[in-house]
Amino acid sequence: MKFPKTLTIALAGNPNSGKTTIFNNLTGTRQKVGNWPGVTVEKKEGHLHKHGYDFKIIDLPGTYSLTAFSLEEIVARDFILDEKPDVVIDIIDSTNLERSLYLATQLRELDTRVVFALNMSDMAHDRGIRIDDSKLSELLDVPVVYTVGNRDEGIDDLLKKVIEVAESPKGLPKERRVKYSKDIEEAIAPLSDFIADRVQDSFSYDVRWIAIKLLEDDAVVKKRVLEGTDNHHGKIVLEEAHKHRERLTRQYNEDPGIVMTEERYGFITGIIREVLKTSRKSRVDVSRNIDLILTNRFLGFPIFIFFIWLMFQMTFTLGAYPMGWIESGIDLISGVAGGLLPDGLFKSLIIDGIIAGVGSVAIFLPNILILFFCIALFEDTGYMARAAFLMDKIMHLIGLHGKSFIPMLMGFGCNVPAIMATRTLESRKDRILTVLINPFMSCSARLPIYILLAGTFFAGRAGNVIFSLYLIGIVFAILAGRLIRSTLLKGDTAPFVMELPPYRMPMFSSLMIHMWDRGKIFIKKMGGIILIGSVIVWALSAFPQNIQFSRDYDAQIRGIEALYQAKMSEVTVPAGEALESARDDAIAELERARSAEKAEKSYIGRMGKVMAPVFAPIGIDWRGSVALLTGFVAKEIVVSTMGVLYATGSEEEGEVLGNVLKTSGMTPLAAYAMMLFVLLYIPCLATIAAIKRETDSWRWALFSVAFNTSLAWIVAFVVYQGGRLFI
Amino acid sequence: MKGQRMYLSEMEEGQTGVITRVGGDGSFRRRLLEMGFIKGSEIYVEKYAPLKDPIELVIKGYHVSLRVEEAAQITVENVREGKA
Ligand SMILES: Nc1nc2c(ncn2[C@@H]2O[C@H](COP(=O)(O)OP(=O)(O)O)[C@@H](O)[C@H]2O)c(=O)[nH]1
Ligand SMILES: [Mg+2]
Repeated sequence: MKFPKTLTIALAGNPNSGKTTIFNNLTGTRQKVGNWPGVTVEKKEGHLHKHGYDFKIIDLPGTYSLTAFSLEEIVARDFILDEKPDVVIDIIDSTNLERSLYLATQLRELDTRVVFALNMSDMAHDRGIRIDDSKLSELLDVPVVYTVGNRDEGIDDLLKKVIEVAESPKGLPKERRVKYSKDIEEAIAPLSDFIADRVQDSFSYDVRWIAIKLLEDDAVVKKRVLEGTDNHHGKIVLEEAHKHRERLTRQYNEDPGIVMTEERYGFITGIIREVLKTSRKSRVDVSRNIDLILTNRFLGFPIFIFFIWLMFQMTFTLGAYPMGWIESGIDLISGVAGGLLPDGLFKSLIIDGIIAGVGSVAIFLPNILILFFCIALFEDTGYMARAAFLMDKIMHLIGLHGKSFIPMLMGFGCNVPAIMATRTLESRKDRILTVLINPFMSCSARLPIYILLAGTFFAGRAGNVIFSLYLIGIVFAILAGRLIRSTLLKGDTAPFVMELPPYRMPMFSSLMIHMWDRGKIFIKKMGGIILIGSVIVWALSAFPQNIQFSRDYDAQIRGIEALYQAKMSEVTVPAGEALESARDDAIAELERARSAEKAEKSYIGRMGKVMAPVFAPIGIDWRGSVALLTGFVAKEIVVSTMGVLYATGSEEEGEVLGNVLKTSGMTPLAAYAMMLFVLLYIPCLATIAAIKRETDSWRWALFSVAFNTSLAWIVAFVVYQGGRLFI
Repeated sequence: MKGQRMYLSEMEEGQTGVITRVGGDGSFRRRLLEMGFIKGSEIYVEKYAPLKDPIELVIKGYHVSLRVEEAAQITVENVREGKA
């Protein structure tokens, strides 16, 4: 048997050209999503066995050019230059031929084998656009195939062409490249020779291409030239290029890079004239009609708000069912494990540590899947660009892009998917900023804490108090956003050059793949960091084992049992039942006291006591401190920890816990300070993991921890101490 | 008359003009040029967003949006009513 040959294929193309659709068609579910090394640009890789080949397919980031202004462009270009895929497929949106050819000409300038896929050919046909494929193929010396991505048409032809090109012995076509004007060609030629003489051997790149890039003053290529050669020769080459650049700049009174961009478009205009025929069918432009409503001056915002409302409704009402199932599933597992395992430390680890910890996060999986289904729907239909169009003015006030709005809003549900949704932002700075201020959007896990504290201390005004917290969160998001934007993430806001693609019917399979990609990340996180975190918190609260209790609870429980036994033997049945429940209450009371004492003397309790001086100035006692510490794993744990520490039993008894809190000496002011602290402090473990993942740096994750927590402390301090002066 | 010369940001909904110059800093200019904002190209103002910013434009047959402050860096001439 012959070993299958491996061919590496890269998919390049403009955003919205149908790249992902074709990638999905080719690879199905045999794909994995990760990051390009060192950057947070998403990398998709998949496999396909066909025609006796093993294809490795890479979905490059969608770009309009390969100029190296954005991370996406650098990633795409470096992959082609350094990994040298066997063939690059350029996916061209046939309804946008002129603009698409810009990237195509740049690909042709690179030393690589290219095949054009004229995608969206169905839409082009509908609009009366006819492209002469053989002419195009001849003019650029590139094989051309028509495809319709969402109907899987032409994909097999495309593969066959790819094999043909990969196997053809013919060298790379050199001729049909962009020809620049005489003056520029007269700079390219000597510079190429100069490079070839000095540093050729250090590079596998085409010298003409290096010369062009140096004339454009491409920062990445300049750096490569310096690093890739001994410094001396590199410097000489750069100096030579600089001389040519100066001369051209004087000659054109313009940056040579700009001149060359214009000339490429000139070259493209020539091609378009020969290959493109448009018969002016006066058809209704469906997309434009939809936008008459969806971005209408008066209707645009109400409809947008309605869609967002619908998204949250679906997330929480539809999500409630599977959430319930998962909850019962967890209870069931917990019950079975409880029955099977012998009492002891191991059982406690499994049930109280792992199952409870991971379970408390796992129940959010349905919500997250539904949210991402909606986001995928917004993206694939083209509505996301309209949402950004509507919101940009408002978001720009914080120094953000219109597209940041959706992730910010999702933060009210849960910061984890919200942070994962920042992937839709193209600019890295925008993305990091959106990630960093996201935790200020009060997620739903914080709500139980507000309900408990506000309900207890502000009874009638609880609603207003909770609303104020959400508002304060938004205000801090804005302030922090402006602060970070003007310090750590200084620099130009990305220009808002955003394509508004035509509305399209999304493909169900693509929505599912998108949703599942995100779901997988979430599940992996539960199996990883959340699991570890839960075990650590469990261990801190379960150890040390041999606590010196202040009283002998077992003996006291036995005493009560004996006491009631004696009493009950003397009375009639109905009175006996009353006694029985009194006995159970007394025993429960003791057991609660025991677990409270156990918690107090556990490591985490001791940590709470050590931390108490830190929290005292903001009105939180050691029990509150412990609760806040455990809230690091997941914020919803705060309430249940308080339940344990204040010895009221389970968290269901919110009212009981409230009463205990009142008698414990907590004041309304302290309660408000604590709520502010909860709003602003350290994001939960899952959120930090998401920050790390999406910014691709522990530094930002740690920054977020430090920044939020110190901010929370300062705000709580000012409110608590300030408030005490007045009250 | 060769038509009036003005900034793209001064054009009204439903007007077409011809680009004469793209200003702004290096990377912004390059980006716009690469997306087809080339001297001599026709550009149509489809609409202003409800909050009057950004602007939806049609150039080379596709729709794209720009902020008003960015559109103020682009000079156009031959401005007239209607789509090209
Ligand atoms: N009519 C039509 N729609 C397509 C075609 N290929 C992809 N689409 C749709 O175009 C939209 C954008 O495609 P996508 O693959 O996400 O584009 P990407 O941004 O290049 O990855 C999706 O809604 C696809 O279903 C095609 O050939 N014809
Ligand atoms: Mg895509």
